[in-house]
Amino acid sequence: MLKTDKLEYNIEKIRGDFPILHRQVHNKPFVYFDNAATTHKPLEVIERMDRVYRETNSNIHRGVHYLSDVTTREFESARETVRGFINARNDHEIIFTSGTTAGINLAAFSFGERYVGENDEIVVSALEHHANIVPWQMLCERKRAKLRVIPMDDHGELDIEEYKEMLNDRTRLVAVTHVANSIGTVNPVKKITGIAHEHGIPVLIDGAQAVQHGSVDVQDLDADMYVFSGHKMYGPTGIGVFYGKENILEEIPPYQTGGEMVDQVTFEKTTFNQLPLKFEAGTPNYTGAIGLAAAIDYLVETGLDKIAAHEKDLLDYAAGRFAQIDGLKVFGAAREKISVISFVLEDIHPYDAGMVIDKFGIAVRTGTHCAQPVMDRFGIRGTIRASMAMYNTREEVDRLCEAIGKVKEMFG
Amino acid sequence: MEKVQEEIVEEFGLFDDWMDKYNHLIELSRSLPVIDEKYKKPEFLIEGCQSRVWLNAAMEDGRVVYTADSDAVITKGIIALLIRVLSGRTPDEILENDLWFIDRIGLKENLSPTRSNGLISMIKQMKLYALAYKAKNQKTGRNGESG
Repeated sequence: MLKTDKLEYNIEKIRGDFPILHRQVHNKPFVYFDNAATTHKPLEVIERMDRVYRETNSNIHRGVHYLSDVTTREFESARETVRGFINARNDHEIIFTSGTTAGINLAAFSFGERYVGENDEIVVSALEHHANIVPWQMLCERKRAKLRVIPMDDHGELDIEEYKEMLNDRTRLVAVTHVANSIGTVNPVKKITGIAHEHGIPVLIDGAQAVQHGSVDVQDLDADMYVFSGHKMYGPTGIGVFYGKENILEEIPPYQTGGEMVDQVTFEKTTFNQLPLKFEAGTPNYTGAIGLAAAIDYLVETGLDKIAAHEKDLLDYAAGRFAQIDGLKVFGAAREKISVISFVLEDIHPYDAGMVIDKFGIAVRTGTHCAQPVMDRFGIRGTIRASMAMYNTREEVDRLCEAIGKVKEMFG
Repeated sequence: MEKVQEEIVEEFGLFDDWMDKYNHLIELSRSLPVIDEKYKKPEFLIEGCQSRVWLNAAMEDGRVVYTADSDAVITKGIIALLIRVLSGRTPDEILENDLWFIDRIGLKENLSPTRSNGLISMIKQMKLYALAYKAKNQKTGRNGESG
């Protein structure tokens, strides 16, 4: 009768799966609260990649020899795993990239070349990370197009009414983040997509901070493009995913060109390969893709719903503890939030606080979090950010509070 | 100049743990010859992603005198140390000094370029001021210019 998600969630077992969590930093047990920057890797990922290099390594799609064939099949099987993870219709809608930034740059170039012209408009939001601002700015400069920004309110929620007003017959694309890295807001992306589609405008969603915190179904969201990174979801660095609907991927030109992505090459003309290879120039990071599939297997085995419940518990607990600390102000009070708390301490510079917190063996991020417009919106120069993940505990939150107490004692 | 660095190393040798060291830096931050408010504008700002630093220099009797400030206290404490070593020296002395004390007192991590706290750029800027005054001296053949 008392069987709850919490009881089923075996935090000790999970922590045991991540070797790095058991090291010490500054002679203290390591507490890692910088998960929005990157997450640690479970043994399943580390060992899977180790096995590729020890036992099966060979370049893919090229050789007829045995190991090339084995690795090619594992790489393509990783693509199928990713497809299932985000519930895309087809494997060939999954393009492997080096990460979210690469995926957005791909879109800004290829989609931009095909669909964006002078006086056209691209819509982004006030909650974006620089990676979902700058590529669009560059595109707008190249094409003499305009960048429009959906504003947000003091809670860190986007103004959907303003957004509706913003769309017009010059709007070519809406590019929004699913979850804000700086303050944790979960945007109503399904609603945002629905509104854009009423005008026939496609939508790109930056899922870098979303896929590790709960199930994402690109068909349910009806996202036209969806991008994310491996390393923020317990997978390796240097691998990411660009999902695009088949009709868009067929229409837009390739971004980078080289080996594997071509069909016929003569010095007069080149024809390009079928999807997905059209967008995967050069030797892809197949080891990374296989590692990413291992991370997905790990997340699915653990259960994304259980992870979300655990992280919600941590967020609520941390918010409760923080509320009792005098002079601590949290930025971002969206109704839907992931386990990120961005805060400042009255009259104490985030950098000073971060330096002391570090000495407690606790990793937090300080600064602007590569989202300066978000900081500007709140009129601050930076925050301290604690971003929590599947392996964090309430005890670790207590240790952070203890460190904050020390910061206040020293600088207050 | 070497003596000042040795003094600082000795001073920091008294502290066994980081907390005492940081507390000392907080103390030192209060001793910083603070830059005049009128210089706290963009031309004198050294922008770091983590903390900001303002720096000015003037030539007095052939010696470079620095004033500075930062929005972060620890950064300010470290600046106070840098100024203690470099300020009031001749341009040549400043240009030749390699600031070995920083490593010895365990603050090297604070001067890593990855910290982006403005300190690395600040040292560069301090040396640039020295270089500029040296060039000016050679040109005019006299000291005592202020600016």
